[in-house]
Amino acid sequence: MLDNTHSFRFFNRGPSPMARLVFFAMLSLLLMFIDARYRYLESARGTLSVIVAPIQALATLPGRIWNQVGDYFSAQSDLKNQNQLLGRQHLGDAAQLAQLQSLQAENQQLRKLAALSARATYSSQLAEVIYIERDLFKRKVIVNKGADAHLQAGQVVMDDEGIVGQITRVYPWLSEVTLITEKDHVVPVQVLRNGLRTIIFGAGDTSQLKLRYMPISADLVEGDMLVTSGIDGIYPAGIPVAKVTRIERDAAYPFARVTCLPVGGVDKHRHLLILSSLPKLPELPAAEPGSEDGKNPKARRKK
Amino acid sequence: MALLDHPKTEIQRPVGNLFIVSSIVVALLLNGLPWQGYALMLRPDFVAVLLLYWCMHKPMRIGIGLAWLVGIFADVADASLFGQHALTYTILAFGGVVLHRRLQMFDLRQQTTQVLGLFVLTYTVYALVHWLVNGEVIWGYFLGCITSTLLWIPLSLVLQALRQIRVGRDQR
Repeated sequence: MLDNTHSFRFFNRGPSPMARLVFFAMLSLLLMFIDARYRYLESARGTLSVIVAPIQALATLPGRIWNQVGDYFSAQSDLKNQNQLLGRQHLGDAAQLAQLQSLQAENQQLRKLAALSARATYSSQLAEVIYIERDLFKRKVIVNKGADAHLQAGQVVMDDEGIVGQITRVYPWLSEVTLITEKDHVVPVQVLRNGLRTIIFGAGDTSQLKLRYMPISADLVEGDMLVTSGIDGIYPAGIPVAKVTRIERDAAYPFARVTCLPVGGVDKHRHLLILSSLPKLPELPAAEPGSEDGKNPKARRKK
Repeated sequence: MALLDHPKTEIQRPVGNLFIVSSIVVALLLNGLPWQGYALMLRPDFVAVLLLYWCMHKPMRIGIGLAWLVGIFADVADASLFGQHALTYTILAFGGVVLHRRLQMFDLRQQTTQVLGLFVLTYTVYALVHWLVNGEVIWGYFLGCITSTLLWIPLSLVLQALRQIRVGRDQR
């Protein structure tokens, strides 16, 4: 009896479920297409994130409280040990820093002599990770600084040891960092030992990076350190990225398979450093109208 | 069975819109907890389970449009492709609305098998979209539809209990 009233009202309430399904499914597909192809929807995403942000903040609250309680109760001996360790490290670093300053001065002098443009200096901002990867398919984290701290998509994120990732989306108070282990994320690098230039790709799983398109004869050995080359105008030069862990040279293939491990704690730390100003490069010559220097978050550059 | 039969008489009692909205917000919150590694793989999709519950019990009010909207919010929260969750929740809600009469005739255990089918379908659509865009499938992701199905019975019981509390309070 009630069912009858239900079905009666049901058919008076606008389009049938099938029509709605088709309408909303087409709408979703359209949105997905636009988002995947053209990225026009970033502003809409930013607006909606203002609504979602409080929920996200609330969801991480238990974890944050747990951490704070843990910090509070961490034993005194631990703190003492840590303090000693840090003191010793500080002494060591201070000596190196003094050396570095003199080297920098010397370098500047030499560059001036050689009439080269000075290496850009960059300042950094500290940000805290509030979300770890939320989706099994992705290698992304969300940090607690956004447009309010003048962040921009494309800025480089590192920790105390090396490159961690790159900012790919900026929300009003949050921003999304794509880790270098994200599948097909690209960083232009250089082998520290001999200056060989190449690009390193994320492999999509937890802690691996791959060098593709390395000829079999390339001068690489296991344990080689890869640092950013600074050629793309996005990553500052000379920051450690990865260490070569395995090289497979199979004569049947034109390229060697090189596996690397990231140097930075890509999935370890809570606090990350965001480099604030991108090193400025002169404009590319007009021969390549398609390339946007310094804007493109994923610099794709064929060797 | 007694638990299932009882609320059938109460089911015409009004459920406040506030109650429905707040339950969905809580589900978004549960989805947003910092899950990691295996926990993330086994995480049931609370929002999907809840949407299906409301689509089944209140198909007049909670339908495909609202599921789509919730999906958009889930996309923003997850930083996934715009419309990916929206599409899957739309399909789930369609299943729930179309099958609601059949599902309501079954008891909870029989519902579970039907619900599993719906979840497998929606998870497949999500993975398919991901495969089309990124060209890879993570099979561990499908474990989530089993845990979501296991969540069906406890969640239904909890929501029925909550609704009865509200009804009891209103009558007083």
